Amino acid sequence: MRKLIILLSFSFTVICIFYSCQTADSVQRDAYYVNGRDLYIRHCQNCHGEKGEGLGELTPPLTDSIFMKQNKTQLACFIKNGVSKPLTIHGKVYEGKMPDFNLAPIDIAQLIVYITNGFGHKQGMYTPEQVAADLNKCR
Amino acid sequence: MKYHLTFRYTFVLAVILLFCSCKGERKLPYYGMRDTKTVTNNDGSTTVDTIYQTIPAFKLLNQDSTEITNDTFKGKVYVADFFFTSCNTICPIMHRNMKKIFDNYKDNADVMLLSHTIDFKYDTPSVLKKYAQKLGVDGPKWQFAYGAKDTVYTLATKSYLVSVAQDDNDKQGYVHQGFLILIDKDRRIRGAYDGTNPEQVAQLEKDIPLLLAEDKS
Ligand code: HEC
Repeated sequence: MRKLIILLSFSFTVICIFYSCQTADSVQRDAYYVNGRDLYIRHCQNCHGEKGEGLGELTPPLTDSIFMKQNKTQLACFIKNGVSKPLTIHGKVYEGKMPDFNLAPIDIAQLIVYITNGFGHKQGMYTPEQVAADLNKCR
Repeated sequence: MKYHLTFRYTFVLAVILLFCSCKGERKLPYYGMRDTKTVTNNDGSTTVDTIYQTIPAFKLLNQDSTEITNDTFKGKVYVADFFFTSCNTICPIMHRNMKKIFDNYKDNADVMLLSHTIDFKYDTPSVLKKYAQKLGVDGPKWQFAYGAKDTVYTLATKSYLVSVAQDDNDKQGYVHQGFLILIDKDRRIRGAYDGTNPEQVAQLEKDIPLLLAEDKS
């Protein structure tokens, strides 16, 4: 009986720790998301649109989940260095030119959290540390 | 008592109706310089007419390298703006909004659009053509105009009252206002709207039908 109580309270504690971590995580993610949205409106919305719908064939939409997943570690590079090589989004080739944005890793992380969790995506948290690591590996 | 109330309601209703009808007769203003002209009537009396500023005769090249003039817009209501294809700040917003108007009036030949490039170095007709195609609006309804620097800049500042300038301190090399200018069938300026401001663009969308109706009567 004692053993059972100990086991129960132990697992309860573990579950609690797990949950509190998770909510702390999602609180941080939500904060990043909200700040990321402000940054998006200021820097990106003119071209990519309010709903990430893009603009004709001039600017690609940000709604291609497969592209977003496959290029997750390139997103920081796209934002920091701009893009001038052709990209295929939703099966269509875009050959525009995106300008570079000289933003801090924290801003880039918030932007990435916004564009990979808004517009129908759900990719979770992204940290400034991950951004810094990505930026060392830009192609 | 009951009659009294009915009377009051009727009165309130009448006032509301009056307001609505006033609003319905809203007429768009005329922009720019004014002049007057004295005309002599048949019976010998004279009246003074107001002469409003009009868009002067122009000659530009469009995205097909074809010459366009005032005649291209003869009898049309049109929305004009100044931009350049590599502009990456306000132009995408202006053209996103103009594209909505383009789509809404797809089947109405009385409405046209005219975008002038201010980048006389890079935006040749073939560059404009590519831009129009990528925006998804290439065709006669939306004309993209190319001209010499003096021609276009004078047209902008003196005729459409939009300030444009070359600026070597600017990262992109040009500064300009994002106005969408509404021109009536008699080449007069009837509205100027900030093409990046959703409320002003909504106003433009409400004003176009007014202008179309006005020219019919
Ligand atoms: C001047 C217009 C412009 C602005 C502003 C802009 N972009 Fe882009 N963006 C583009 C173009 C054009 C491409 C495609 C480039 C190509 O085809 O090579 C692109 C591509 C992308 C891509 C990869 C392709 C896709 O659709 O998923 C991402 C992600 C992206 N941009 C995010 C951003 C973010 C985040 C911002 C704000 C910091 C931003 N962009 C600001 C024009 C712009």
